[in-house]
Amino acid sequence: MVESLIQNMEQTNDGGLAQVRHVVLVLSGKGGVGKSTITTELALAFRHAGKKVGILDVDLCGPSIPRMLSIGRPDVHQCDAGWVPVYADAQKSLALMSIGFLLEDPDEAVVWRGPKKSAMIGQFVSDVAWGELDVLLVDTPPGTSDEHLAVLENLKKHRVDGAILVTTPQAVSTGDVRREITFCKKTGVRVLGIVENMSGFVCPHCSECSNIFSKGGGEDLAKLTGSVFLGSVPLDPLLSSSIEEGKDFMQSFPNSATFSAINSISQALLSSLQND
Amino acid sequence: MADVPDNAPEHCPGTTSEQAGKSSSCEGCPNQKVCASGATKAPDPAIAEIGAKLSTVKHKILVLSGKGGVGKSTFSAHLAHALASDSTKEVALLDVDICGPSIPRIMGLEGEQVHQSGSGWSPVYVDDNLAVMSIGFLLSSPDDAVIWRGPKKNGMIKQFLRDVDWGDLDYLIVDTPPGTSDEHLSIVQYLSATHVDGAVIITTPQEVSLQDVRKEIRFCQKVKLPIIGVVENMSGFVCPSCKNTSQIFPPTTGGAERMCADLNLPLLGKVPLDPRIARSCDEGKSFLNEVPDSPSAEVYQNIVQSIKDYCSNRVTEEQSTT
Ligand SMILES: Nc1ncnc2c1ncn2[C@@H]1O[C@H](COP(=O)(O)OP(=O)(O)OP(=O)(O)O)[C@@H](O)[C@H]1O
Ligand SMILES: Nc1ncnc2c1ncn2[C@@H]1O[C@H](COP(=O)(O)OP(=O)(O)OP(=O)(O)O)[C@@H](O)[C@H]1O
Ligand SMILES: [Mg+2]
Ligand SMILES: [Mg+2]
Ligand SMILES: [Zn+2]
Repeated sequence: MVESLIQNMEQTNDGGLAQVRHVVLVLSGKGGVGKSTITTELALAFRHAGKKVGILDVDLCGPSIPRMLSIGRPDVHQCDAGWVPVYADAQKSLALMSIGFLLEDPDEAVVWRGPKKSAMIGQFVSDVAWGELDVLLVDTPPGTSDEHLAVLENLKKHRVDGAILVTTPQAVSTGDVRREITFCKKTGVRVLGIVENMSGFVCPHCSECSNIFSKGGGEDLAKLTGSVFLGSVPLDPLLSSSIEEGKDFMQSFPNSATFSAINSISQALLSSLQND
Repeated sequence: MADVPDNAPEHCPGTTSEQAGKSSSCEGCPNQKVCASGATKAPDPAIAEIGAKLSTVKHKILVLSGKGGVGKSTFSAHLAHALASDSTKEVALLDVDICGPSIPRIMGLEGEQVHQSGSGWSPVYVDDNLAVMSIGFLLSSPDDAVIWRGPKKNGMIKQFLRDVDWGDLDYLIVDTPPGTSDEHLSIVQYLSATHVDGAVIITTPQEVSLQDVRKEIRFCQKVKLPIIGVVENMSGFVCPSCKNTSQIFPPTTGGAERMCADLNLPLLGKVPLDPRIARSCDEGKSFLNEVPDSPSAEVYQNIVQSIKDYCSNRVTEEQSTT
């Protein structure tokens, strides 16, 4: 009785996140490894699997998701429950809220120091009216600093299922992601798994595979740190051009190796969330 | 850390920030009154100290990009190697990426530690004429994470500039993290009493990267940092087997070439994707020594030459105006 009362109270305090079933952070200590790309493709894969998905983009200096989903820069509105997210589809199964939407001039550099960023993220994170979602993916900037701490502080009031860590195969990247695992431990975030991105490029002309950024580093890191390895995504020009044009890669290239890779990662992730 | 007193609350905006004494986290802080009075916002005396300290550094170059993973650290490291290949030049490389330091590995200095000397911290030397400083040298294990908020990172950057025994230098190269935040503001601010030659901007060809890089260029303009030029990295991949070129990161909006034309900036060169660059970085070796006759090495050498020319022209310009 008391418990359910407390739960009810928490729910009202939760505001916009009350009906969000799972919250997953996408993190990497390293820049440019494909956090935003993987976030976008996983969201699309979840949607194709019939789930309701949301993306929260908290990269203030370089928000990429609006472009990757071809959403551009809509006007966002507020309702009683907070900011109304923007939907990428008519069925409203893919919702996006980017901190970029709240900036006055999208081309202007956001030259803010940490405390100001933290304050903005703090307000923003708890103030989006997500409605009912199966999964909320949170795309973050690289590093382990103000933005990450601010996001966690605010999301943890609700729930955070854990984080997926994105790395590219080479040591320069896995070295940074190794430190990110420590960040997760220290902040009490469960590592749901590691994704190796940009592993291996198959030449479209002769089918020869070149490991431009080396190979296998993500899997090795998972072994070394006792983390789950969720899979690797090849370096695929069709993926980068879909991302450039904001097209749904998962819909356009269902027969590609990249599609299968992303699909199996999304399934592994979903089942790990549901088995919780 | 001068910016954040020990007794300050967790979200202290820093005593020199505009919010000092006024932000919500300042409530109840014992320093609130002093901060609110504006007394702490006087210019940081460290700026003058750094100015004096670096007066013996002839050229200072920042390597910047709004976008992550475009090759800032790779470029900084190879610029340093190339400049230091002239044994009459003294070169130093400073890594101000506090949360994701890559320079120790790329320079082959993983596991090295800095030493305290009478005149400050001594940097780690790759060669007699090539010194390196990074927070990586202060970490005790490859698992250590630097979970620091802005003000603490700023304090570290100040120490790197003021308390490292740099000696007389021809070139100081500064590698930065992606974005336009504390690290960038701090490095520009702390170097404001010195002469900075300019910034080299790194991008990759696709719009996802260029849209962030344009913001970085605006940042440079805002803080009046001259731009030496733009490098387009990861520009096309030539298959070693069939020699066909693939645009893995496609220049859908015209790449760096179009951006430079639009913004009237020099394009210093286009470096192709080459697996041997990534491998050299992992092994901590200079790609320019490993594969000197590759197309990418040739492009690199041309870019370095343009940067040298830019720096020496600036010196002549100044002499002719004084
Ligand atoms: N598997 C892939 N194949 C081809 N291109 C890819 C792949 N993954 C990512 N990319 C491309 O690489 C670039 C960097 O990816 P993305 O922007 O997602 O990285 P990020 O980690 O979010 O970067 P940042 O640290 O700047 O936020 C993008 O242009 C993206 O389209
Ligand atoms: N032209 C190239 N060909 C192949 N690999 C490259 C090339 N340039 C850089 N790399 C590799 O790409 C990865 C990213 O480069 P680097 O770490 O220098 O980027 P960065 O901009 O410093 O990233 P961050 O934003 O995380 O600081 C590294 O592993 C590097 O070795
Ligand atoms: Mg991103
Ligand atoms: Mg770097
Ligand atoms: Zn080929």
